[in-house]
Amino acid sequence: MSLWEYANPVKFMALSGRILPWAAWLSGICLVVGLIWGFFFTPDDFRQGSTVKIIYLHVPSALMAINIWMMMLVTSLVWIIRRHHVSALAAKAAAPIGVAMTLIALITGAIWGQPMWGTWWAWDPRLTSFLILFLFYLGYIALWAAIEDNDTAADLTSILCLVGSVFAVLSRYAVNFWNQGLHQGASLSLDKEKNVADVFYFPLLVCIAGFVLLFIALVLLRTRTEIRARRASALLARERMA
Amino acid sequence: MKALLVRDLRLAIRAGGGFGLGLAFFLIVTVLVPFGVGPQSALLSTIAPGILWLGALLACLLSLDRILALDWEDGTLDLLACAPLPMEAAVSVKALAHWLTTGLPLVIAAPLFALLLNLPSAGYAPLVLSLLLGTPALSVIGTFGAALTVGIKRGGLLLSLLVLPLYVPTLIYGAEAARRGAAGLDTSTPLIMLAGITFGVIALLPFASAAVLRVNIR
Repeated sequence: MSLWEYANPVKFMALSGRILPWAAWLSGICLVVGLIWGFFFTPDDFRQGSTVKIIYLHVPSALMAINIWMMMLVTSLVWIIRRHHVSALAAKAAAPIGVAMTLIALITGAIWGQPMWGTWWAWDPRLTSFLILFLFYLGYIALWAAIEDNDTAADLTSILCLVGSVFAVLSRYAVNFWNQGLHQGASLSLDKEKNVADVFYFPLLVCIAGFVLLFIALVLLRTRTEIRARRASALLARERMA
Repeated sequence: MKALLVRDLRLAIRAGGGFGLGLAFFLIVTVLVPFGVGPQSALLSTIAPGILWLGALLACLLSLDRILALDWEDGTLDLLACAPLPMEAAVSVKALAHWLTTGLPLVIAAPLFALLLNLPSAGYAPLVLSLLLGTPALSVIGTFGAALTVGIKRGGLLLSLLVLPLYVPTLIYGAEAARRGAAGLDTSTPLIMLAGITFGVIALLPFASAAVLRVNIR
């Protein structure tokens, strides 16, 4: 019994089919509970007023935007090293979700920034590196879309993902050097004694769990779709050969 | 390797090779900027380092698809793949040829164009130095982009989309060095970072470019 068993599409389909409804329902429940709890049953911040509540969308989506790229990096590596097709397809499936998360983070950030900072956009290091991350996602998706041969596309995009990751990290530090920040430090971190106040913290955790589950559900769904599309095209090709 | 370099240089310099196109583009960008932002010399001299860096970067970008596209079409790349020369070396030579025909002329011309934009006199040396250090990175990264998109018809726009985010760190440090120089500040930190990026890229990226090219030729 090892993880690599699920590189077999049949096994992957069986397992993902069983996980998918659970992930989807749990994510729905978490998001509904977390967002309603966060929006209606937490007090307003004494300085930020009710605008603080956008944290329940902003922080989880920003977190996911970065982690989805990480997941694509891992699956790309698996594709390059062990050449499991499911892995390449999972990377392909994850990218558009990553774009959506990056956009949500940027837009909610702008909506929060307007009343708080007095501006929709500032060339702050964090904001700028997110915009650059967004461009990386776009390039990655465009490259997938541009190449017809599936294996070539998987090879090229996974190398682009590796190189892009290095440059994304470089840009992150370069941008830090280039301009001082307006954005506050990290709201959450594992090694800190105290994060945000508990009233905001628990609904936020529920929302983050909801976003993670939502991503799992979406990525499984999209990967399953990709596998089925691949099967359909293989069947068509076989019919043409016959 | 030498033969390949000489061949690439000759092809670039001869008629139809596009040599000088990058320079002309750079000149036009420099000339158009005052029309866009107004002719006040104080304003121009503050934005001059950034404009010159951006112009050099765009001129570089414009000529990227020539690095490999022609060789791809006429089959030279297939021959190169069969040659005893490792693909990594071939890709590095291609990047070097691109830099010699595009990057180096830009570096040499930049001080002249800086005159047009009224760059403060303290800014010339840092500008040239930062371009000299930075443009090789632009060529090497661009070769990677060109290798990625070589098999795609009309890949020019995609090439820009892929390459521009990769140019961000180089542009930031390069333009920062030039800007600090023009303002009379210490430029050593950005210049060191820029050199780090350039040498790191020269050392590592040819492996990625060669891998990509092998996939495309397969």
